[in-house]
Amino acid sequence: MADKDIDQVTGTDTTGHEWDGIKELNNPLPRWWLWTFYGTVAWGLVYTVAFPAWPLVNSATAGLLGYSTRAEVAEQIAAVDAQNAQVAGRLATADLATLAPDDPAHRYGVAGGASVFASHCSQCHGSGAAGAKGYPNLLDDDWLWGGDLEAIEYTVRHGIRNEVDADARWSEMPAFGEILEDAEIAATVEYVLQLSGQDHDAGLAGQGAVLFEEQCSACHGEAGEGIRDLGAPRLSDAIWLYGGDRETLTQTITYSRFGVMPPWGARLDEDEIKAVTLYLHQLGGGE
Amino acid sequence: MPQDAAPPPLYAPREPIFPRRVKGTFRTLKWWIMGVTLAIYYLTPWIRWDRGPNLPDQAVLIDMAGRRFYFFWIEIWPHEFYFVAGLLIMAGLGLFLFTSALGRVWCGYACPQTVWTDLFILVERWIEGDRNARVRLWNAGWSARKLRLRVTKWAVWFVIAMATGGAWVFYFADAPTLARDLVTFDAPLVAYSTILVLTATTFVFGGFMREQVCNYMCPWPRIQAAMMDESTLTVAYRHWRGEPRGKHRKAEGADKLGDCIDCMACVNVCPAGIDIRDGQQMECITCALCIDACDEVMARIGKPRGLIDYLALSDEAAETQGAQPRPIWQHVLRPRTVLYTAMWALIGVALVYALFIRSDIDMTVEPVRNPQFVTLSDGSVRNTYTLRIRNLTAEDREFRVMLTSDEILRIDVEAEGRVPNHVAVPANETLQARVYVIARPQDAAAAQATTDLRLWVEDVETDDRAGVATIFNGKG
Ligand code: SF4
Ligand code: SF4
Repeated sequence: MADKDIDQVTGTDTTGHEWDGIKELNNPLPRWWLWTFYGTVAWGLVYTVAFPAWPLVNSATAGLLGYSTRAEVAEQIAAVDAQNAQVAGRLATADLATLAPDDPAHRYGVAGGASVFASHCSQCHGSGAAGAKGYPNLLDDDWLWGGDLEAIEYTVRHGIRNEVDADARWSEMPAFGEILEDAEIAATVEYVLQLSGQDHDAGLAGQGAVLFEEQCSACHGEAGEGIRDLGAPRLSDAIWLYGGDRETLTQTITYSRFGVMPPWGARLDEDEIKAVTLYLHQLGGGE
Repeated sequence: MPQDAAPPPLYAPREPIFPRRVKGTFRTLKWWIMGVTLAIYYLTPWIRWDRGPNLPDQAVLIDMAGRRFYFFWIEIWPHEFYFVAGLLIMAGLGLFLFTSALGRVWCGYACPQTVWTDLFILVERWIEGDRNARVRLWNAGWSARKLRLRVTKWAVWFVIAMATGGAWVFYFADAPTLARDLVTFDAPLVAYSTILVLTATTFVFGGFMREQVCNYMCPWPRIQAAMMDESTLTVAYRHWRGEPRGKHRKAEGADKLGDCIDCMACVNVCPAGIDIRDGQQMECITCALCIDACDEVMARIGKPRGLIDYLALSDEAAETQGAQPRPIWQHVLRPRTVLYTAMWALIGVALVYALFIRSDIDMTVEPVRNPQFVTLSDGSVRNTYTLRIRNLTAEDREFRVMLTSDEILRIDVEAEGRVPNHVAVPANETLQARVYVIARPQDAAAAQATTDLRLWVEDVETDDRAGVATIFNGKG
């Protein structure tokens, strides 16, 4: 075999490798390229020793520099917390009613309250706070237990109809299926439809008015305007927690409803409660 | 297969290149281009431009933290990044245009790698002498003189490299302030590390890597092949005229020789270290220095210039047949180049147009769709919109927020403590406000599925306004 195997067409020598008559040309790479390659290999070795890299059975090598992204995140969170500590502290002790909207503590509260809401409240009230059947819509101007800052804060802190917090808001509607005849319930339903300005049977509603006066007005008010201290919903408006149609109303009156909400006072920090209160209050319905 | 010889080496060391000094038309042109491009690069950050009290007074500034790009009288916000995209497309098309007309002119004249290498070679020649002296110095063993020359050269290179890396960071911060901070060690770490990296790359690429960057690191030489065709003007050797080449003009049979006297002048000046007489090569950056070199030789031996010249492949064939080459304009003005020019100009005009119709109020409206609407106690239907107003001017402004629609709708802007439905936007900032639009229960908008409407913001003082169309969701 000749010393050099020159390719006829290109005049370039070949590597001497041949596969089925196809030869590989030898266009030598520059040597610095090779050294750069060795350099990256060496760097890779140093790097994997210095930083966490090699997998072990349960973990990985920690690396000589002791670097950890997890620790770094924890550090950054701590740094942000420290940065916010002052404003958070001020929010925790602030009187919400007098906190100016352009106060940094107020802005911190609204922004932080959005996160609190997303992680703790949105499961029932929806990510957009629009509620669902049985879970109040927090965007509208109707409140069961009151919509000023104080009332919202109380509700958040103690919850509703729970056994955990002795100060929880409490009221209980009787199941009228055990008290009234079906016909009487039907008449009451017609009257409630009349109260909220919907289509109704006027004759039945007349009977229902008497029943409403006897059975319901103590909590829902003479004209169905609701009583907030009792969490008794206003029946004369367009907003319904469970539904305002004939069928749903019959169901509600017959079996009653018993919506509960946990007390967040035990689970959230003071500044988180204030924050979520501010957030809820500015959603569009705050009083 | 038994091997009876050692396999050929797969790696080769870099062949040192010692370009000789040359004079001529193209060299002069290149000096000018080098001067102008370097001046633009080093001096631009120092140009001042008065924009009023609230804005930086640096003519060209990329403000990363503030997310603004300032270019003389133009200020680009992040949402206007399409301007940058447009400029990049224009730059790309410009490269296509020049390459299809004139081959690798970018490489030969304007590429930073070429410009800085040229500058570094200039320094090298100034300190170590021209080609022959440099070859001798290369071959000589280490001596005090060689060490002195080398160290001087490296020192000057290093200063240039530092200035290059240093100039870069001034585009990203107020130049005089940053310059002061850099010397007092108050500048941010990223400034120092950027300077360090760019100094190192400039020093190594311009001083040692040179043509290796073009041959092995840059993708452009390979893309060239696709961009050039047989009508493209490029640096080439008139084979038919030069061959057969020969030195001995007085020897017998010299009358059969071509014009090339095989003096190697073209090879000696070539910064890529190639012989253009071998035909077009990937390594050739079309710096045209070999044209200058050969023209000098031709003048000396009394032959017409242009043995090496800007030439197209199609001309080479025509000239061999004894025909005239096509005139230059026919090479430059071809359907392909006209198309590139048209596209280039179209984008350019579109960008300028966009720049001129750009209002200095910029608003976006994002309807809140979770939920689509809220029913209020009295049965009204309410939609919520997130309104963003960007104040692109240097003064604080107050805007009135309004709506127009065919149906009856009421607007309520959440902005406490101000005139109802007025919002104040500080200079050069974006304001975000929630806008409620409400339909009473008896009105059509409450009942039907959707209602078209337009939200407007109007400058309270100038009455300049901007509007965005959006939709109101009813119960339908
Ligand atoms: S062959 Fe000529 S044009 Fe090409 S790089 Fe060398 S000197 Fe420049
Ligand atoms: S410079 Fe001109 S004459 Fe001299 S070798 Fe090159 S092509 Fe031939």
